[in-house]
Amino acid sequence: MKYILMMAGTKAGVNAYRAWSPSDIQAHFAFLTRLNRDLHESGEFVANEPLGAPEQAKIVRAGKDGVPVTDGVFPEAKEFLLGYWIVDVESPERAYEIAARLSAGPGPGGVPLNMPIEVRQILSPRASDLA
Amino acid sequence: MKCVPIEHLLRELAPQVLGAMMRRFRDFAAAEDAVQEALLAAALQWPQQGLPDNPRGWLIQVAGRRMMDYLRSEEARRRRETEIALQPGLLAPAVGGAVEAEQDDTLTLIFMCCHPSLTTSSAIALTLRAVAGLTTAEIAHAFLVPEVTMAQRISRAKQTIKASGVPFELPTVQERAERLRAVLHVLYLIFNEGYASSAGPKLQRVELAQEAIRLARCVHASLPDDAEVAGLLALMLLTDARRAARTGPDEELIPLTKQDRSLWDQSEISEGVALLTAALSKGSVGAYQLQAAIAAVHDEAARAEDTDWPQILALYELLKRMSDNPMVILNHAIAAAMVQGPRQGLELLNGLDTDARMAAQHRLDAVRAHLLEMAGDREAAITHYRIAAEKTTSLPERNYLMTQAARLSESAQSK
Repeated sequence: MKYILMMAGTKAGVNAYRAWSPSDIQAHFAFLTRLNRDLHESGEFVANEPLGAPEQAKIVRAGKDGVPVTDGVFPEAKEFLLGYWIVDVESPERAYEIAARLSAGPGPGGVPLNMPIEVRQILSPRASDLA
Repeated sequence: MKCVPIEHLLRELAPQVLGAMMRRFRDFAAAEDAVQEALLAAALQWPQQGLPDNPRGWLIQVAGRRMMDYLRSEEARRRRETEIALQPGLLAPAVGGAVEAEQDDTLTLIFMCCHPSLTTSSAIALTLRAVAGLTTAEIAHAFLVPEVTMAQRISRAKQTIKASGVPFELPTVQERAERLRAVLHVLYLIFNEGYASSAGPKLQRVELAQEAIRLARCVHASLPDDAEVAGLLALMLLTDARRAARTGPDEELIPLTKQDRSLWDQSEISEGVALLTAALSKGSVGAYQLQAAIAAVHDEAARAEDTDWPQILALYELLKRMSDNPMVILNHAIAAAMVQGPRQGLELLNGLDTDARMAAQHRLDAVRAHLLEMAGDREAAITHYRIAAEKTTSLPERNYLMTQAARLSESAQSK
């Protein structure tokens, strides 16, 4: 069963992250690299994509004749998706375990961030027979 | 030369060649890699140069050469690392005679790949590669995961088999029955994965249902007297027969009662019925045979209203005595509703409300909704269709259940 693990944050949070010390940033990168390596080794990795900075986010709606109308000024408090992981695991508990590990990634001084990670099951394209 | 027949031939030969390698070298993980390389070489060379006179011999020779290369490099590596000589036994003489029955090799391999030390998903992946001869890329496509992930899963599974020290031989008679159950379960899951699939790029999708049927045929050929093996093969054929009628033009699910029965595959139905009839005459009736018998009753009804529901109800009564699977109780309740009325069916569902296995399941709500609709309780039916739609983890099922709820509430408004 596949799950998506979503990491979200605010612009303020991202700004705070940018002010981390180089060694804290390095430690966080190393943590993420290790996590991905472990997911590959366990045969559970499906995808991981980091997303561009929230400052570049645009909300697009179709205007007249379907022409894109973009909007890009967002309040500080708005939450943005920062990145996601997709894993293929044997049980929901295993997905939660991976999410908890992700949540405990190191912040300044190596203190676990305990970020909230939203876990959602990905719907299967398969259906068993309906009675 | 077309590539399709070569592909089929290679899949047919894969377990035989692997069996030959196993008897010579014993190292499952390495032998499996060597066979895959030989299959790839054949897939590249044969379409250009034509089929060799003895394709099986060709593959055994190429795989054997790869195996020798591997053992030599292993030996060199070992010497470099530890300065000790090649372990005795690695190049052991062939186990058993040279060219035993190839079918038994296939059976031995299936038993090995469905070893209880593996998780189900690992057993499925390994069976598809080592026995069905699919490439890692094909298996990865079928399960919608990256190829590297599938490669890792297969390699871990092989290491587990190696570590478990399971010999390349059929399980003992005492173990046989239980291990065969595991094998049949894996084949059943492979079939379901393929049969139930309604998404993914069609051109790249390996027909898992066809592969499962082929593997079940192999096991049946090796164990022709096992009634449950025949029962599973019959169940697959009798279910697969309805495949073309099962989804509409937009991949939407069409329930059995609404299917265009002229699309059902009559040759699969008659083969399944014949297999089942022969199996039932052997006397030891098992769960796969009963499920096949139920599928056969559906398949033999020319119209949905011709379905022999009392017969289906009787078969579910038997199945219920054999297994405490809550899905059996659900299906039994549907059959009871068709014979004795929806209230009787709903009554039978009540027992499942406290079943922990059903708590996160959408199916209980889906069936309850269906029976409530039959009973004319539209509001309650809508509620349960919606609860089921929230709980299901399948996209086509969610679409189906939401459509059912929408259809009922629309007809409520129009009154």
